[in-house]
This record gives sequence, C-alpha cells and structure tokens, in this order.
Amino acid sequence: MKRGNIIKLALTVILVTVAVFFSIQPLTNPDTGIPLGLDLRGGVHLVLQAEPDKDGNPVTEEDIDKAKAIIDQRVNSLGVAEPYIQADYDKKRIIVELAGIEDPDQAVNILRTTAKLTFRDAEGNILLDGTELKDAKAGVDTSGTRTDYVVHITFTPEGTKEFGQITTEYLGKQIGIYLDEERIQNPVVNTPILTGEGQIQGYSSLEEAAQYAILLRSGALPVSMSIAEKRQVGAQLGADSLSKSLDALLYAAVLILLFMVIVYRLPGMVADFSLVLFSLIVLWLLYAIGTVLTLPGIAGLVLSVGMAVDLNIIVYERIKEEIKLGKSLRAAVDAGFSRAFLTVLDSNITTLFAALALFLLGSSSIKGFAITLIIGIIASLFTAITFTRMLMRWIVGINPRMSKSLFGVRSDI
Amino acid sequence: MADNNTIKRTEQAELTPAAGVASYEQVQKEHKAYFNIVKKRYLWFALSALLLIPSIISLAVQGLNLGIDFTGGTMLDIQFNQKVTQAQITESLDSVGLTGQVQLSQEDTEALIRTEALDPEKRDALLASIKENAGEFDSEKLGEDLVGPAIGAELRTNAFKALIVATILILAYVTLRFRLIYAIGGIVALAHDILITLGIFSIFQWQVEAAFIAAILTVFGYSINDTVVIYDRMRENEKRLKKRDSYEDMVDKSVWQSMERSVKTSMTVLIALFAIFILGGASTKVFALAMIIGVTTGTYSSIFIASQIVVELRKRFRVNITKKEAQV
Repeated sequence: MKRGNIIKLALTVILVTVAVFFSIQPLTNPDTGIPLGLDLRGGVHLVLQAEPDKDGNPVTEEDIDKAKAIIDQRVNSLGVAEPYIQADYDKKRIIVELAGIEDPDQAVNILRTTAKLTFRDAEGNILLDGTELKDAKAGVDTSGTRTDYVVHITFTPEGTKEFGQITTEYLGKQIGIYLDEERIQNPVVNTPILTGEGQIQGYSSLEEAAQYAILLRSGALPVSMSIAEKRQVGAQLGADSLSKSLDALLYAAVLILLFMVIVYRLPGMVADFSLVLFSLIVLWLLYAIGTVLTLPGIAGLVLSVGMAVDLNIIVYERIKEEIKLGKSLRAAVDAGFSRAFLTVLDSNITTLFAALALFLLGSSSIKGFAITLIIGIIASLFTAITFTRMLMRWIVGINPRMSKSLFGVRSDI
Repeated sequence: MADNNTIKRTEQAELTPAAGVASYEQVQKEHKAYFNIVKKRYLWFALSALLLIPSIISLAVQGLNLGIDFTGGTMLDIQFNQKVTQAQITESLDSVGLTGQVQLSQEDTEALIRTEALDPEKRDALLASIKENAGEFDSEKLGEDLVGPAIGAELRTNAFKALIVATILILAYVTLRFRLIYAIGGIVALAHDILITLGIFSIFQWQVEAAFIAAILTVFGYSINDTVVIYDRMRENEKRLKKRDSYEDMVDKSVWQSMERSVKTSMTVLIALFAIFILGGASTKVFALAMIIGVTTGTYSSIFIASQIVVELRKRFRVNITKKEAQV
C-alpha cells in the first residue's frame, strides 16, 4: 500500500513533468502555437462600415458580400499570414484583423480605397470600365464534351457595344480583368461577344467560379466604406505588452505558489502541482479551440488561476476543519472534497453565468477575456475533483498517521 | 494479507464521508479575533452607506470620466526618441485645427493624445505635424485607437445588457439553489460592490476604457462567488438548525467558518492583481485597479452585507417564511 502509493505519486510527477516539457514547444511556437492577438504582436483591427450610396439606397447583403470579396482579395495581396475577415450583415460592417503586419498604415490605405474593375490589354491599357458590367453569375456548361464551370457575364447596352468591338479586335488574345491594379483573371477571347452576354471558362469547381463571379460583380457596384473603429498597435509596442504581461503572470504565479506552500504545507504542494496540470489543460484547450490570446485573455488567465487556487483553499479549509473535529486524515480528506465540491459547484456556476453573459454580449476584446475565464473555471473544477483529490488520497494512503501539522493544522488542537 | 483486510474495512466504513459539525462555541474559540458580526449588522450597513452615498452622488453629479472607447474619438500613443513637452504636442494639434488632451509619461518621452475621431487624412497631417514640432518617434511603437461614435454607443449598451443578463441568471440560479431572500442579499451585495467601484472611479475621475467593463463584470462574478460560498455554509448549517436555535447565531457561525477561506482567497487574488497592476502595461493597470477595489469590497460585502441582509429580511418577513416552510 505504502510503496504502491509512493510509486504512483512519483510516476504522476514524472508524467506531468514530461507533459510540460513536450507542451512548451508546440504551444509557444510563434507560427503553429497558440496565436497571439494583435495587441500582443502588433497589427491592425478595422471595422469598416458600409455607407448607403449618394441616392440613399440601403446597403444590401449582396453589397456586403461583394465588399468582403474585394477586401479578401486585397488582404491576400498584402501577404498577411492569417487574416481574419468577417462580415456583419446586421450592422452592415466588415471586420478585418491583420495581426503581425509590417506596415499597418499602408494596409489601411489599401483596404479603404474603392475597388474598381477594368478590362485591360496585355500592356495594361484600360479598354473598358467595370461599371459597364451588369452582372456575373457562376454556372455549369454541359454543352461541351465535359462539364465545365463557367462565369456568365452580362453587359449594359453601352457595354455590349464596346465589349463587342473589343472582343472582335482582341480575338485570340488575352484580356486582363483587373480589380484596382491587380489582375484577377486573364482569359483568352475565343469568339467575339456581340450580344452582351458571354462566359468565362476554365474553373475547377463551381465554388471557384462563384468566387470569381462575386469579384467581377463587386467592381461593378462598389460600396463606400468608412472606418468605424480602428485599433492599431505597432509591432514593438505589442512585443512590449507581451513581455510585460508575461512578467506579471510569472510573478503572480510564483507568489501564489509560495503562498499555498507556506499556508498549507504538504497539501499546498499538491495544489501547486495540480496548478501546473491545470495550466496545461487550459493552454491546450485554448490551443484546441483556436483561441487567439490577447491582453484581456491573459487577464482572464490570471483570474482563472486565482479561481483554481480558491477551489483548493475551500477544500483544504474544509479538510482542516474536519481534522480539528477529530477525524482521521483519510476521512477528513474524503469529507473535505465531497462537501467542498457542493460549495465550489454553486459558486463557480454563478461566476460562469457572469462569464457567459460577457461572452455573448461583450465586444471582441471582452470575448477573449470571457473565453479564457470560462475554460479556466471548467478546467479548475475538473482538476480539483479528479487530480487533486486522487493525489491527496494517495498521500494520506502512504501513512494514515502522518503528522497533522503537515496539513497546516496546529498540533495543539 | 491480514493487514490488507483491516485497511479495506476502514475504507468501506469511510466511503460516504459525513461532514463534521462544529459547535458555535468551538467556532468562536477557534478565531482569536472573534466578534459577533450579525449583532453589529447595523454598524456594517452604516459603514457601507458612508461609502455608497458619496459614490452615488459623484456618479450622479460628475459621472464617469469616459474614454474614447465609450465616447468615440482617436487616441494616439506615441513613444518619442527624445523628451517632448506638452506645448509641442498642443501646438501640433492646433496647427491642424484640433483640440485634445495630452498626457506625458515615461519621463516625457511618451505621449498619449486623445482627440475627436480622425479621418485618415487628418490623422496623417497630425502625425506629420507632431514629427515636425516634437521630433522623431518610433513608428514600431505607435499605438492608435479610433472609435466611431456608433461603436462607442454600442459598447455602452452591450455592457449594460451583459450586466442585466448576468444579474437575471444569477438571481434565478441563487433562488433555485437557495432561496429568494438569499438571492436578494446577493444582488444587493453585488450592487454595493459595483456602485462603490464605479463611485471611486467617478470621485477621482480616473478615465475608463473598454477594459473597465471587463473588470466590473469580473468583480460581479467574483463577488457573487464569494457570497455563495458563505451562503452554502448557511444552507448546510440551517439544515441542522433546531427549533430553539437562533438563526442569527447560525449565520454568525457560518460567516466565521468561512472567514479563513474568504481572507486567504482574497489574498491570492489580490497578489495576482497587484502583480498585474505593478508590472502590466497602461491599459491593464486600470483593469487591475478596478479589480483591486472590487475584490476588496466584494470580500467585505459577502461577509458583512449579503448574509446580514438575509438575516434582516428573514427577521422582517419571518411569518411568511415559516408559513411557506410549514407548507413544504
């Protein structure tokens, strides 16, 4: 019994140490680890508001789709590693987040300028303006020997005439389709298009065709976008914030770990050890659900460490009480955990409600805080009732008559 | 082999561990600083009123010093390569026709400028003027926040909504798990903590940004958590309450039984918060400060307010409760 428990404890310590050792690299790798938010590595967060046009026509969902397609296209041209672009149809907004970008000023300028679709010749001279393109739709052409994904294009009456002349002149040659200064398509003219209706062939899937159709349409109907919100953080400023908050996290952790050992002795060490596992679980969960770690997120982490410690304090105080009432160590540990579990369940669920409300209704930065807090609460409940409890049982199992002062109980009581 | 058997038998006997019961006298003797908290409850109510009244007056008269996150505007955080003066920055603002607040820090090498929401052209003009007037700055360390008035208003309504939703959820849960008077006591304690935290920020006119909302909502979560831990003890002790036993004594005992936990938990949380406050950046400082105030009042209110309100409510509406209980 004795030796068995010591071996189990030793194995657990080794296992967790190894887990920590092998977790550091995958979690902190700058490219594949937990992604850092732009407040920690620099970048820009933009909320672009679509404005109704001069005639006061309201912005439609389709307009937002088009605008998003243009912005997607432009962001890609900027070469940002993992851009976040999201359309908010209710509020007619597009949210763009570019973390780790070198020149945020330039990026903002590129994103803001109105997109313009043009048809150009091989030398880049403009042949036809995109405003003459009435519509572009993805479709399937089965007239040939094989299924072909195409984009049907339709021109305005004026455009029909001009495009007819152009396709006659450039028969067999390439016509570049440009969005602003970027060539997005370079089809060869197979036949002169005189009716104002043609098709571009050669897409590998319907999705691809649809994507290009949106891009083509977008040039024809640009929505003007204003900046509703902008958060710009210089790369060095982000790095400074990261190192400052890591320092804060480190000092907080060391002080709390020390506090627990001083106050609770042996169980304090168990709590500290459980906190290591708790941190591992939280970080891996954050990693698994793809959370971006931000400054408020780190604050949430610190708070959830506090909550996890509180859980141990509630349990240990209960154990101390039971010991003082004359229970054996083993009985005190069991009673302490099962009774304290009810307490922490109720208290943590109420906190969870607050965090949930934050998550559902908060702005994006507050969401980051809420998510780490929610994960932290769940992980701390889990570690305390499984892992910490198991370790404590093993420890009291080593020697049921071990000194109670190891549990922070004064021996005179 | 025989040894093993004995151990197993003990294990079986202790499989369903009953929580121990300490007497009121034992609990009193254990705490060197013991005093009757419940009997002095009007003193605690008065003490809280002393903090609440100036808080509420200040909130009503001068309100909070809302930052650009709430009001809309542009905030520029510029770190210069050399010392600058307030006048140089104000001059730059003037030259492009702007007014704003300028705050220097880091031995006058860092400037925090708050002004109206700037369009990109105006922003570039301002930065160019600053470069000319005050000298070169580090563009790698440039921080900029631009918040349109619509977004600022949304932030306020969303924060308010989150607070309402959280309150309703907590009220419902505590009523379900405990009783309505417990829920009322908890919510009063919550309002107490939040009003005092907001009040102190209002009295000193410390500027609040979006992070402040997160801090307030965390105080909200922490404070109710703290209160529920004591409630749980009251619920447990109430079950063992005999007819002749005094409810007040039971609450006093429960509060003292939870005392060590309350104090120790607050200490660990405060350790973490002070670490953030001292070492963290400017934006997290405000967050930590609000939390420090909130956690302190939260610990106070869960001991001296929430459970005392339960006592008071029970005393005033005793008839109703006993009737209800008789029915159950």
